[in-house]
Amino acid sequence: MDKKQPAAKRENVAQLQPGEWGIVDTVGGEGALHRHLLDMGITPGVHVTLRKTAPMGDPLEIHLRGYSLTLRKDDAARITLRQEEEQE
Amino acid sequence: MSQQYTFALAGNQNSGKTTLFNVLTGSNQHVGNWPGVTVEQKTGVLLHHHHGGSGHFGAPAFGGKRDKAENNDIRIVDLPGIYSLSPYSMEEIVSRNFITLEKPDVVINIVDATNLERNLYLTLQLLQLGTPVVIALNMMDEVRAHGDVIKVDELSKWLQAPVVAICARKGEGIDELVRLAIDAAENHRPAPRVDICTGAAHKALHAIIHLVEPKAQAVGLNPRYAATKLFEGDDPMKEMLQLTEDENHIIEEILTEMEQTEGMERAAVMADVRYRYIERLLEKSYIRGSRDDDEPTKSDKIDRLLTHPVMAIPVFILMMLLVFWITFGPFGTWVADGFAALVDGGIGFIGDALARADVAVWLQELIVSGVLTGVGSVLSFMPTIVILFMCLSILEDSGYMARAAFLMDKPLRRLGLNGRSFIPMIMGFGCTVPAVMSARSMSSRRDRRFTILLTPFMSCGAKVPVYALFAAAFFNDNKVLVMSLMYLGGILVAILAGLILKRVLFHGDAAPFIMELPAYRLPTPRNVLRNMWDKAKDFVQRAFTVIFLATIAVWFLQSFNFRFEAAASVQDSILGTLAGVIAPIFAPLGFGTVEASTAVLTGIMAKESVVSTLAVLAGVDAESGAMLAALHGVFPSVASALSFLTFILLYMPCVAAFAAMKRELESRTWAVCSALGQCGVAWVCALVVYRVCLLLGL
Repeated sequence: MDKKQPAAKRENVAQLQPGEWGIVDTVGGEGALHRHLLDMGITPGVHVTLRKTAPMGDPLEIHLRGYSLTLRKDDAARITLRQEEEQE
Repeated sequence: MSQQYTFALAGNQNSGKTTLFNVLTGSNQHVGNWPGVTVEQKTGVLLHHHHGGSGHFGAPAFGGKRDKAENNDIRIVDLPGIYSLSPYSMEEIVSRNFITLEKPDVVINIVDATNLERNLYLTLQLLQLGTPVVIALNMMDEVRAHGDVIKVDELSKWLQAPVVAICARKGEGIDELVRLAIDAAENHRPAPRVDICTGAAHKALHAIIHLVEPKAQAVGLNPRYAATKLFEGDDPMKEMLQLTEDENHIIEEILTEMEQTEGMERAAVMADVRYRYIERLLEKSYIRGSRDDDEPTKSDKIDRLLTHPVMAIPVFILMMLLVFWITFGPFGTWVADGFAALVDGGIGFIGDALARADVAVWLQELIVSGVLTGVGSVLSFMPTIVILFMCLSILEDSGYMARAAFLMDKPLRRLGLNGRSFIPMIMGFGCTVPAVMSARSMSSRRDRRFTILLTPFMSCGAKVPVYALFAAAFFNDNKVLVMSLMYLGGILVAILAGLILKRVLFHGDAAPFIMELPAYRLPTPRNVLRNMWDKAKDFVQRAFTVIFLATIAVWFLQSFNFRFEAAASVQDSILGTLAGVIAPIFAPLGFGTVEASTAVLTGIMAKESVVSTLAVLAGVDAESGAMLAALHGVFPSVASALSFLTFILLYMPCVAAFAAMKRELESRTWAVCSALGQCGVAWVCALVVYRVCLLLGL
């Protein structure tokens, strides 16, 4: 895993594999969920790493801003990641 | 100068707030609820020795207790652990309302210094409220251990508030914190004006401040705070300010324009603004040690095992078995027996004293056989509850419970619950009372109620003596198998009940499961003991009120017949007659005898009473070999014994649990319905068990 590049072709946090990281693009969800994600530090531009998943693949443990957070796959799918611009 | 100050304690969960509160208030604590909500509220009085040196209070420099509550006591209110001041949860609303409407003198913001970035997010919001804030950086020992350095002065400059480094668990820095807080209260500094916005957000925010300033001031709110909330789309704030349609419209336009410029929606903009300010602030004030950010911490290493894809569940099961072994195994039994002996001794002593004082016999009977024995039988399971609470408190404070919830979230989702429900339900295997009480930590009422309704199906510790006795009498060769079956049966029924309840009552999903995984920490003995003491006190209070009445009622019913004369035997008493009346209900279940139904009735008091009642009715000592024979007399077949056990497993919980459930469900109706529902489920399941066993020829 290349530490300098975010994981390629991961559109949202749910698609990250353990050890991969990405930069958040948009934060989805509505109302309380949306607000809670933001409050916990998941804001556009933040660096998040997927640490691991629970035995059944859900929920996920992500690492951001120096701490670890659990997130359900459904909710993680609502957090999109920045895609690298394709260079021709 | 005598002045009573109030300090509010605010901070994230897992920031050591409870430890700090305990250090500041010692045993001068009161636990209750915020009015109208089941959010726990703790208030306390600052220990006098923390005032030391301030001189203003005329306290001796090395403190010690005063004889009476002085009117220069400082009241400390512990706010719920929160991450923000959004309008979406009761904890946040209760906190922000307390600070803005009740106006404490100072807000002490406790911050986990190992997690500064996220903790300061709340700090920035607290600074806007208009109340002086003192920031306590906790866990500084861990920061130092990592080799990191925090420039406290720099931080203080950026936040425009006093900052002090503390280590609550070791008691370091506390006096300095108190001194700063008292200082802030006395000098009432003006609200910090930390301007964190830039660009379009800045413009928009100031436009809103300008617009709502008069209305905000009219209701006693800091205009910056009011404007920021409006910026975030906070409906309660709109209501509080009573904005006109025009004003709302203008704000909406301002914000829409800002959103287009920034390319994000408003709440995201504000969150982003705050975190970017924090990032800049930390660049200047947080010096990282040589440790690489990606290097696994101690907690990460522990988690490799405890949340390992394959090992996690077995380790968890082992952990739970360990807890139950401590509670019900040699150690727990030794404590429980010792306590029971004490209680018996106490009862005997009082009984003798009454006899010597020539108190009327009926009164002696009432007090000794009725009240004391009844209350005693319930109190006797207090050691079990306390030990269980101790184990679970250790698991919680260490950070392991969060991992357990993480592991269990997916299976529980099928039932419409989330991982957080797991802890109360697991506790239910020990005792329903603390289990139901621990559900308080769940902020969603729906989730809380749902969890509480399912918890009693977990076979509690009080039923163990019943199973053990029956297992010895009927299934001597298969004791372990039968006991395990009972437990599994309870779980199965809970799952089924959960699926049904989900469809019928609790539609939709549980609250979102977004939870911090705190670093593993050694629990502080002081906190654990304090927790144990609080829970024990709560339980005893409950025992003495509800159960007091219940025991008198049961004693009366079983000592007197319908003509209010002393009954010759239990069978002749009111209770006996009642039992005779309801016995036919149990006939299809195979135990339609007066003895069995009497035992069922007394089991409502405390599950252990089932055993003692059967013993009393048979005229034998519960501990003796004759008991086993007596049981065979009451339950002619293995089928009827199993059916009876099933019924005992599932029917309504004991009075103490019922009282706890009523309180946590916040409704007598719900509690009663739950009890009735459980009896119904018990009846049906016992019937099924009986019929199946008959078919199997048991």
